[in-house]
Amino acid sequence: MQQPQPKPPSPSEDKRWKLVNATMRRHGYAAHALIETLHSVQEAFGFLDEIALRFVAESLDVPLSKVYGVATFYHIFMLKPKGRHTCVVCTGTACYIKGADALLAGIHTRYDINTGDTTADARLSVLTARCVGACGLAPAVVVDGDVFGKLTTDSLITKLEALD
Amino acid sequence: MAQPAPLSTVRVVTLTIDDRDFSAREDETIIEVCRENNIPIPSLCHLDGLSIWGGCRLCMVELEGQTRLFAACSTRVTEGMRIQTQSERLRSYRHTILELLFAERHHVCAVCVSNGHCELQWLAQKCGVDHVRVPYRQAAYPVDSSHEMFRIDHNRCILCTRCVRVCDEIEGAHTWDIMGRGTDCRVISDLAQPWGDSTNCTSCGKCVQVCPTGALVKQGTSVGEMVKDQHFLPILARRRHAQ
Repeated sequence: MQQPQPKPPSPSEDKRWKLVNATMRRHGYAAHALIETLHSVQEAFGFLDEIALRFVAESLDVPLSKVYGVATFYHIFMLKPKGRHTCVVCTGTACYIKGADALLAGIHTRYDINTGDTTADARLSVLTARCVGACGLAPAVVVDGDVFGKLTTDSLITKLEALD
Repeated sequence: MAQPAPLSTVRVVTLTIDDRDFSAREDETIIEVCRENNIPIPSLCHLDGLSIWGGCRLCMVELEGQTRLFAACSTRVTEGMRIQTQSERLRSYRHTILELLFAERHHVCAVCVSNGHCELQWLAQKCGVDHVRVPYRQAAYPVDSSHEMFRIDHNRCILCTRCVRVCDEIEGAHTWDIMGRGTDCRVISDLAQPWGDSTNCTSCGKCVQVCPTGALVKQGTSVGEMVKDQHFLPILARRRHAQ
């Protein structure tokens, strides 16, 4: 009979690991709780770093490569820390036709960052989404959780500049 | 791979493939029946002994009474099934799929260690792919030579996941997996680290032997020298399932 693998200790004294451990315990440390656990890490820490990925893999007894595969497959998981503000540009069909790429190009010109990047002063992160469900407002952008529609490059930059 | 059920409970079905009559066990897939009867069906992701993947779409066949195509590797035979494995439509689809595979990454046979021993090359020759009508993507992918015995060249990878499956199902290490999505997809070891730094790779080389192209090769091989040997797979697969 196989012995259950002993659970690894938390990577640090950080209290947030308790939230992660609670999620895994709730699912009985089952391998299929991987996505749920990664969500919990991301909620607690804001992103998934190598320490967290190794800890989750060892705790759930899931191969490292599988954890990394899942973490990179889903857009919602971030492997790098996010900035204080996030700007999600919708690149769904309607927004794409209405010029989502021009918005991204405008952001690149102003802040010199590409999709998935964060400015050097950790002020702003730029992401893309396939469709945020606001096609009537195309091209739409979600800034810190609020949807703004019918944007031009100039009006978007003005909005982003107004963030503290 | 599907677990063969005890023989007593398995029914035998009759079907026709390319207007010839055959009988097969009902737990067999179309591609297994075709391979047993020497009917050629192109495929890159299917390998006897590994689980079904259905990713390359080269083994698509026509079923009478159905408008859509079916992947022969992931469709089980049924009673009275009428299968067409060769038609103008299938030929053109297979041709296009192969062209897209060539255009996706850098498959330059003349300088490849697998030249002459490559399943992609054989299929292209068999299907008459002498030109690629779509533009090449020309995206650069890394080559990882950090492992002391083997090398992975992502430029020659077609993402068939044979290496991922053999590592997980036969060796049991699960060193490999696929990261990202779309054109960013890549085979990775551990946390996308250099293969040589992998802590759970056993250096067994099974992934190298099952790789259909020159993506996974032995170190020190020169152009055309990498000959693959897959005879171990059905034997090991049988013993794994017998456990």
